[in-house]
Amino acid sequence: MSVPQDRPASAFAKDLTGSKIARPVLTVTGVTKTYFLDEVVVHALRGVDLDVNAGEMLAIMGPSGSGKSTLMHVIGLLDLPTSGTVKVEGEEVSDMEPNKLAAVRNKRIGFVFQAFNLLPRTTALANVELPLIYAGVSSADRARLAKEALEQVGLDDRIHHLPNQLSGGQQQRVAIARALVTKPSIVLADEPTGNLDSRSGVEIMAILQQLNSEGITVVLVTHDHAVASHGQRIIHLGDGSIVRQETVLEPIDAKANLEAMLAAAAVSEAAAEAR
Amino acid sequence: MNIWESVRIAVRALNANRVRSLLTMLGVIIGVAAVILLVAIGTGVQDEVTGTIEGLGSNLIFVFAGNMEDGGGGSGFSINRPLTSAEVDLLADRLSDEHRVVPVVQGPVTLRSGNRTMRSTVAGSNEYAEEVFTADYIGGRHYRRSEVIAGSRVAILGSRVRDNLFPFQDPIGREIDINGLRFTVIGHLAAQGGSLTGDQDNQIFMPLSAAQRVLGTTDLSSIIVRAAEADRIDSVQAQIERILRPSLGEEFSVMTQEQTLGMLSTLLGTLTVMLAGIAGISLLVGGVGIMNIMLVSVSERTREIGIRKAVGAKTYDILIQFVIEAVMLSVLGGLIGVLIGWGGALALQAVVPTQVTAWAVGLAFFFSAGVGVFFGVYPAWRASKLEPIAALRYE
Ligand SMILES: Nc1ncnc2c1ncn2[C@@H]1O[C@H](COP(=O)(O)OP(=O)(O)O)[C@@H](O)[C@H]1O
Ligand SMILES: [Mg+2]
Repeated sequence: MSVPQDRPASAFAKDLTGSKIARPVLTVTGVTKTYFLDEVVVHALRGVDLDVNAGEMLAIMGPSGSGKSTLMHVIGLLDLPTSGTVKVEGEEVSDMEPNKLAAVRNKRIGFVFQAFNLLPRTTALANVELPLIYAGVSSADRARLAKEALEQVGLDDRIHHLPNQLSGGQQQRVAIARALVTKPSIVLADEPTGNLDSRSGVEIMAILQQLNSEGITVVLVTHDHAVASHGQRIIHLGDGSIVRQETVLEPIDAKANLEAMLAAAAVSEAAAEAR
Repeated sequence: MNIWESVRIAVRALNANRVRSLLTMLGVIIGVAAVILLVAIGTGVQDEVTGTIEGLGSNLIFVFAGNMEDGGGGSGFSINRPLTSAEVDLLADRLSDEHRVVPVVQGPVTLRSGNRTMRSTVAGSNEYAEEVFTADYIGGRHYRRSEVIAGSRVAILGSRVRDNLFPFQDPIGREIDINGLRFTVIGHLAAQGGSLTGDQDNQIFMPLSAAQRVLGTTDLSSIIVRAAEADRIDSVQAQIERILRPSLGEEFSVMTQEQTLGMLSTLLGTLTVMLAGIAGISLLVGGVGIMNIMLVSVSERTREIGIRKAVGAKTYDILIQFVIEAVMLSVLGGLIGVLIGWGGALALQAVVPTQVTAWAVGLAFFFSAGVGVFFGVYPAWRASKLEPIAALRYE
């Protein structure tokens, strides 16, 4: 499935950009993030260089505390790096003023959190409409687009449910619908399957792969190699730096897996009935 | 994003957090209603009492039981020996005939006619009362000397009493129930106005002994002496003191109209200040309630702000939403508080005189609304400046 490569990540990246004419949709250069706590200084990122190419599906792996979420927040423009720069579709965003950053987050990036981060006591439809409100879309168009996005993640029958009336997998699908409703060029997902059972996890991965096949760049964080292997490339983080990366020659097809799981379930059900 | 969109977001957010919204509004409502009501009571009582004195004729000297000079200040005064008809007879006997001696008993009563009930003040006196309680008759007459001697159950209605019990009717000859006793109406008065409330119009006049029976007492509230001329007030005051001292000792006070008004104003001013103090505490309690609810929900609301910013809300979008939310809650709560306070003041008028004042309404409304807006907007303003991830992580 995947071939581990032990060459240094930066050399590999140069090699890759040189051999293909890949267009980077995200460029991270020399990014560090340091947290100054009372007495302790935490170096969450120690100089990360990374290109994410348009249309690719990239997985970021690493042990807990290695800086995966911090890196995602920086490239998702949810947090500022201590030093280094981030370019989105070739545009330097590191020194943009906050309201411009908000516009970039709104239109070009969709973020899926491990903890879902839906507005409580607010329907699935209203949650998905949220980015469209700040994009200035009229209310009729908002409802239509949000319904389409919920349809895309298979939740068209749950649009008036509140978050606490949905399962974890369904909440995560609402969060994905919210991330893709503005038709962003990049979707970032931080451990999107971390809180879910395996069946829901496969469903989420199938949705992300479907988005990727439609041309959206997907970056996902996971500590599970099987989940990471749904992407075409895996970056390994360790203690705030990229330690190696690997290319997945034959990414796992989540949709095929899901169908196999459904078929197996049907068979065992039939068997149970026959008995 | 236009303003209606912001209003819609705010309404949705208020609706999504209904309990918090209602509790915040409750804080505003309690503060506003309490202040309006308590200040209305203080002002109402003060107006009624001073209005009663101001509505009297001129050249008056009042005799009260108890010594107000040495009892004044901290301990107040106690009445060991109430005034009775004996003192009236003594004064009438010894003062020159050109001065009028008028005994007065006054007290609260409940009036009823048919199914209409109201609270009023009764004033019982003798045939000279006309010269003290100056008022123009719309119809009927004053009670006569014979009726005073017999203690007849006849009554003269102040204009407000008439308007409440017999609206658009001639009350003369009608029956009226006063604290359970039947009276016949023999006269009714024109509105005196003058005082804002017209509380001197909410009185009912009758012969002394009838009033004493209604109130269940044999004492007098005061004795009023009307001097024949203004420049003889001081000498008459001295004369009264000399006449009463042998029998009452120091247990009485003689004051001119001016002195009485001054004293009552001081006393009632203290009452109003006390009520205003209680009102202030209510306002503070309401304010702390609002603050508490707002601050308790800061962490949840900060996370909400984080979510909104993460999906593209600008600082302005966040601020305008929270300003609209806070203003809507506070203004709505304030208006409901004004309605309840005002309505309560009107409803209480059957028990206690009340007078709603503009400054109390304004102060209570703007203070509570201000607290609501400040504590709704300030934490949001701080949160809106955080990086989205910091807001999302807030605890
Ligand atoms: N807000 C913060 N304040 C201080 N330290 C933080 C903060 N966020 C993350 N860290 C630290 O930075 C390091 C990387 O964290 P994170 O990016 O969340 O790791 P991962 O997602 O890979 O588990 C950890 O050591 C963590 O304790
Ligand atoms: Mg993490």
